[in-house]
Amino acid sequence: MHKRVTFKGFAFPLALLAPQLLVTLIFFIWPAGQALYQSVLRQDPFGLRTTFVGLANFRRLFADSLYLNSFQITIFFSIAVTVLGLVLALLFAVMADRVIKGANGYKTMLILPYAVAPAIAGVLWWFMFNPSIGILAYAARGLGYNWNHQTNGGDAMTLVIIAAVWKQISYNFLFFLAGLQAIPKSLIEAAAIDGAGPWKRFWSIVFPLLSPTTFFLLVVNVVYAFFDTFGVIHATTSGGPGQSTNILVYKVYTDGFIGMNLGSSAAQSVILMGIVILLTTIQFRYIERRVQY
Amino acid sequence: MVENRPLLTFFQHTILIFGVLLVVFPVYIAFVASTHEGRALTSGMLPLLPGNRMIENYNTILFGGMRQAGGVPVALMLFNSMVMALSIAVGKIAISLISAFAVVYFRFPFRMLAFWIIFITLMLPVEVRILPTFEVVANLGMLNSYAGLSIPLIASATATFLFRQFFLTVPDELTEAARIDGATPFQFFKDILLPLSRTNIAAIFVIMFIYGWNQYLWPLLITTDPSFTTIVMGIQRMVTVAEGQPQWHLAMATATLALLPPVLVVIVMQRLFVKGLVETEK
Repeated sequence: MHKRVTFKGFAFPLALLAPQLLVTLIFFIWPAGQALYQSVLRQDPFGLRTTFVGLANFRRLFADSLYLNSFQITIFFSIAVTVLGLVLALLFAVMADRVIKGANGYKTMLILPYAVAPAIAGVLWWFMFNPSIGILAYAARGLGYNWNHQTNGGDAMTLVIIAAVWKQISYNFLFFLAGLQAIPKSLIEAAAIDGAGPWKRFWSIVFPLLSPTTFFLLVVNVVYAFFDTFGVIHATTSGGPGQSTNILVYKVYTDGFIGMNLGSSAAQSVILMGIVILLTTIQFRYIERRVQY
Repeated sequence: MVENRPLLTFFQHTILIFGVLLVVFPVYIAFVASTHEGRALTSGMLPLLPGNRMIENYNTILFGGMRQAGGVPVALMLFNSMVMALSIAVGKIAISLISAFAVVYFRFPFRMLAFWIIFITLMLPVEVRILPTFEVVANLGMLNSYAGLSIPLIASATATFLFRQFFLTVPDELTEAARIDGATPFQFFKDILLPLSRTNIAAIFVIMFIYGWNQYLWPLLITTDPSFTTIVMGIQRMVTVAEGQPQWHLAMATATLALLPPVLVVIVMQRLFVKGLVETEK
């Protein structure tokens, strides 16, 4: 789709684009190129000499049990965050879509966590689950479970999953609600007249018609779990206890920024870049059918 | 509602109330904790109702800060966050508006190339290029500055796409009329396109303000001087103390202050927020 009527000029539109292009080139494309370049180099421990090592950094990573472990943790974490977030949000959206009285009040409350930063969400749940003073840890003890996310890796993982899901519910809820409201009421009514109950109507009409939204949210949630949850981890568990919540983005940060292992950190960046490019491509191929750029 | 089923309606309200509790409870608990004395929190059970130390706690944290966290007053952190969020939101909107205008209203060589370069930003979040981006910012001397906190984040593919989509729906007749009346491209942009884009600008502003306010990794990377701490990153230093318990009542007061501005924005501007969120993503 193009404009039939346009203005003439070359320098003016280029000047208009310049700020955006400059920021992109300087702060996005150049650093990404640097990461690619550094991923095939290795520095000696004192940073004095740099040698070209080809793909050795990558081979080393995939032979490193810590890295593979972090990969596994990330995959588990993303699946858990995505599935839980989608199921809960869909449940709330279906309920809110049907309810008439008070629907707006519920909606206003349910979109609240979107505004809360992942790091803050992490700290709120961290506080409630605090083994010595947290209210939920106290409740867990009451149920006979001795909660301690500072020593138990499983508890720590549960905690960051809960915080990450809590933060993402609003987003999923809003998109599911928009998707539900786009389904023609006549379809539902026709099914009701034919004698289909709410349960049957949901699974045979509503859910299939929602599938574009669900698929879109699936991709967005995986990207969220992979990349935007850095704050949740950093502000609470710091990857611990004993690597149990050390997801890939957190590992890139600690290896590069704190461990100062440039080659390895760059190689990890490149792998993450590959993942995000793959996910974005999937997302846009799917959206392209409706929106044309 | 298709049919009247009182039992189902009851069930639905129950689920929704559960959802609201799930969402609101952590925030409520943080607020309650911020209104008590430090001792009340560390000795046994957390109270469930607000205490009477609210003013003292918020006063301490706003103007005195917390010693363990470098003693930066939270008022300064709030100011830093506000500067960062506003610069990012305004910057993103400004450069996206003019780039979308250039891409839609002009035919020039490399137009598609420019468009693709902007698109690529979507594929390169900060998280995948941490160290090299830090180096660039350091080499430009932008560490510990408001420019460093905001400028590298103001490129926006989503905002550019949204404005582009919107400009494409503006009738060509308007452009023709403006041209016949002798308007320059700049006048057309300023007097016709901008006023038409008001709602879209507002919707994007809400989304980008929240985005900017909630930045975490970025300020963590490029600020070493405590006086540039933003509130979202400042909270981390308050809760991760090497030994013993953090001062939870003060940390939770800070958390409450950190989440208040974006939450207010979302609630007060709910309609614009929903519009911005749903449209930037599609």
